[in-house]
Amino acid sequence: MAAAPHPGVEEVWGWLSEVPDPEIPVISLTDLGIIRDVAWQGDTLVVTVTPTYSGCPATSIINLDIETALRARGIDKLRLERRLSPPWTTDWLTESGREKLRAYGIAPPIDGTAADGQLAGRISRLIGAGGNLAVACPRCGSTHTERVSQFGSTPCKASWRCKDCLEPFDYFKCI
Amino acid sequence: MPSLPDMNTPEVADLARREAEANPNHPAAPQPDAGQEAFFEALLRIGDSTLILGHRVSEWCGHSPALEEDIALANVALDLIGQTQLWLGLAAEVEGQGRSADDLAYLRDAWDFRNLLLVERPNGDFGHTLMRQFLFDAWHHELLKALSASLDPRVAEIAAKAGKEVAYHLERSSDLVVRLGDGTAESHRRMQEALDALWPYTGEMFLGDDKDAKVAARGIFPDPASLRAGWDATLRHVLGEATLQIPDSPFAHKGGRQGTHTEHLGYILAEMQFLQRAYPGASW
Repeated sequence: MAAAPHPGVEEVWGWLSEVPDPEIPVISLTDLGIIRDVAWQGDTLVVTVTPTYSGCPATSIINLDIETALRARGIDKLRLERRLSPPWTTDWLTESGREKLRAYGIAPPIDGTAADGQLAGRISRLIGAGGNLAVACPRCGSTHTERVSQFGSTPCKASWRCKDCLEPFDYFKCI
Repeated sequence: MPSLPDMNTPEVADLARREAEANPNHPAAPQPDAGQEAFFEALLRIGDSTLILGHRVSEWCGHSPALEEDIALANVALDLIGQTQLWLGLAAEVEGQGRSADDLAYLRDAWDFRNLLLVERPNGDFGHTLMRQFLFDAWHHELLKALSASLDPRVAEIAAKAGKEVAYHLERSSDLVVRLGDGTAESHRRMQEALDALWPYTGEMFLGDDKDAKVAARGIFPDPASLRAGWDATLRHVLGEATLQIPDSPFAHKGGRQGTHTEHLGYILAEMQFLQRAYPGASW
């Protein structure tokens, strides 16, 4: 008996776009940009995933969620591969993902502002809350905001507050 | 790093291995352990440093002076532990004895650890912890920049990944060292005392030995001394802004990278390893 044809990789990408990120469930794994490749190797589906932060505790849950979602679609032979290089960057967040973050109350990353450790000439501007960024409040849109902490409730976020509407909010930090 | 490949670059090693497989008695057959011991040691030196510092910083969880700093310290610790899994995972792979990253972390004793003495120093007050973090971050950042050009692609990709996280750590610790150093009379005094107390533990970061020379010759790890100029420049800039005085003593405690530790490491291991020692193989 001839085997049923594989679902196309486009269809698999579509399924993965419905798997929510376990820590920020308003965006999907594909919005986050961590699915790097989907390919068939013979009769095995290989999904390549990159971690956001090397110590992100959600990594194993994400792998489990991918496996569960694909098995529910009838994929029997499945292999997940980890790819470290090139390292994940918030530049890979999709446009729709950024909109969903903003609507949820998380300010999306401002591309091109990732830390590079090159402090010379910048340190004075780093001093004082807010660093050198103009992060817009996801509630009222004001850029009259300040940084409370360089880190937040998950490894990918920093804590900010709005000085106009007084709302505290998370900023999805640029990396 | 050398511009010409030596006998141990991957391509040459592959050729030698193929030749050896075809003829096991060929004189060019590589020794099974050729150069791998120094590579394993180099990976422990970085992986153990991130492990022990990650554990030290995690001791602050629930004790920081402000909630935001508590979260920040826990996140820095988490990044360091994540990087440890990558470094010790590769170390276990290079060693080829069937050990895992967890085996290396939980089942070795103090004399087998290769971390810098700096990272096993007790936390002290918040300023002391941040000064240790800054001195380490400035070095870690230089090291990872060099390692992302390693001739071993596995090392290069871990370094590129970790380097992004560490650039962020360095900006945070620099920012806070400046704020506290150039803060109140009390915060300035504490930061200067922390710098003076930790200074003798920084020299070890730049002291190479024969094992460092072996991995440097293969272009896998940099010569530790080559990291000094970049580290010095970061310190001059940040500590200058912080109005802190860099000690001029060249005295350096050393031995951590060779397995000779202060008494503090034993206490860390007792806490960190207790569960795996008492209940071998426990998982949840």
